[in-house]
Amino acid sequence: MINPQIKKILLGLTLPILICLVWQYLGELPQFAGILPTPLKVLQGWGDWVFAKPGMGLNPYLGTWTANVSYSGSRVLQGFLLACFIGIPMGLMIGWSRLASSIVDPLIQGLRPIPITAWLPFSIAIFGIKDFGSIFLIFLGGLYPIVVNTTQGARDIEKNLVRAALMMGASPYQLLLRVVLPASTPSIFTGLRIGLGIAWTAVIVSEMVAVKSGLGYVLWDAYYVGRMDIVLADMVSIGVMGFISDQIIVLVQNKFLSWRILQSH
Amino acid sequence: MSNIEIKQLSKTYNSKSPVTALEDINLSVATGEFVALLGPSGCGKSTLLNLIAGFEFPSSGSLLINDDKITAPGPDRGVVFQEAALFPWLSVWDNVIFGPKVNNIPRHEYEHRANQMLRMVGLEDFRDHLPIQLSGGMRQRVGIARILTLGSNILLMDEPFGALDAQTRLSMQELLLSVWQKLKPTIIFVTHDIDEALFLADSIYVMSARPGKIDRKISVPLERPRKLEDTSSEIFRSLRLEILHMIRSSHG
Repeated sequence: MINPQIKKILLGLTLPILICLVWQYLGELPQFAGILPTPLKVLQGWGDWVFAKPGMGLNPYLGTWTANVSYSGSRVLQGFLLACFIGIPMGLMIGWSRLASSIVDPLIQGLRPIPITAWLPFSIAIFGIKDFGSIFLIFLGGLYPIVVNTTQGARDIEKNLVRAALMMGASPYQLLLRVVLPASTPSIFTGLRIGLGIAWTAVIVSEMVAVKSGLGYVLWDAYYVGRMDIVLADMVSIGVMGFISDQIIVLVQNKFLSWRILQSH
Repeated sequence: MSNIEIKQLSKTYNSKSPVTALEDINLSVATGEFVALLGPSGCGKSTLLNLIAGFEFPSSGSLLINDDKITAPGPDRGVVFQEAALFPWLSVWDNVIFGPKVNNIPRHEYEHRANQMLRMVGLEDFRDHLPIQLSGGMRQRVGIARILTLGSNILLMDEPFGALDAQTRLSMQELLLSVWQKLKPTIIFVTHDIDEALFLADSIYVMSARPGKIDRKISVPLERPRKLEDTSSEIFRSLRLEILHMIRSSHG
């Protein structure tokens, strides 16, 4: 009777709502008091964090949500775009030219096993407690999956497509731009989505240590002053931002890859 | 204009145990001739086509087109691939005009010809379709239209109808013949189908495998333009039998 789409959403919401109800119930019992704020408390704290007038005194979180979300968001955007602009051409070159592959690939493969968190002291030493210390880490975290997936896409190109283009007189540059790049877009988008996920990880970690603003900074700061309601609200905010930014990439991807979507149906 | 001269050509793939794909190939194709390379799989007929296309290079011997050595693939030699090899992200129209576009030919110069060629292969109503939305036969027609738009004098066709069902294959063969009648390109057509070779070609080169070489040249005396009825004529049937015997004896 119910619209299947709505039914699906309702079914998906059942478990989260159930967990919140149990959590709310347990949180109000005296023996658990003070360990975790209840969902209602979290909502209240979150509401103040978003909407209240920035005040004086003991609550430094009033009305600062939007500013912190945009600090983190703009860092992710800058680091991620930088990773795209460098990672996609680099991946195409490595995948396409044996020379570029022999020169660049060993460096990439050598650095890749170093977790981005291990770069934190290096980043602070070089860039200081400034925005770029965080952006560098986001860039690095996003770069690897973008390069690796783009490389794979360029390497997996069908031989006859290349031959067809050469037969029609395409120059090496045209071949790269008109054939190798579009043929690689499915893997490039896979790389972009993985890279963006790592970019959000990187921004939170770096803001905890390397800068004094953003969702990561608030997360650690709120923990120190015992504001677990803000900690939880912050965690959910990060999740929502990650989800929204991933959906934006999916939207762009569907626009670019309509030929591919038809193919798989 | 575009005669092809191949003399004592060999192709060996070097590996741990070198494979001789082609041995002592001698072949001469006149301008406007329709030639079929006929043979079992592994006889090197596709390799020979790739050498003429410039995708690969001979180990020894000479391969000349209008007295020029082949150094690279180029628009003078249009290739029709077995699986069409269209760009899946481009519409039919954009696939057809890919050649003129990468050669920086202005739009007004190629637009008319591209439309004309799409009409010739019967796809004028499918300009905006993506390759994935077309049947196998239609994709091959796009593959043919794009090299006709390119203006190739030589068409190299690598079992282009091998993956199609019998009816579609027949109508594609008729289509190709009518295109050839109109534009008179030189065609080298690779196939393992004796009937196809007899129906289409002026000359058939029968090849055998391991190592790949040309066993015999057969001239097909059927009149042009050819019709479907020709395939049940006395000459057609006796030639088919002759080729069958030839292929069987070379297999030992």
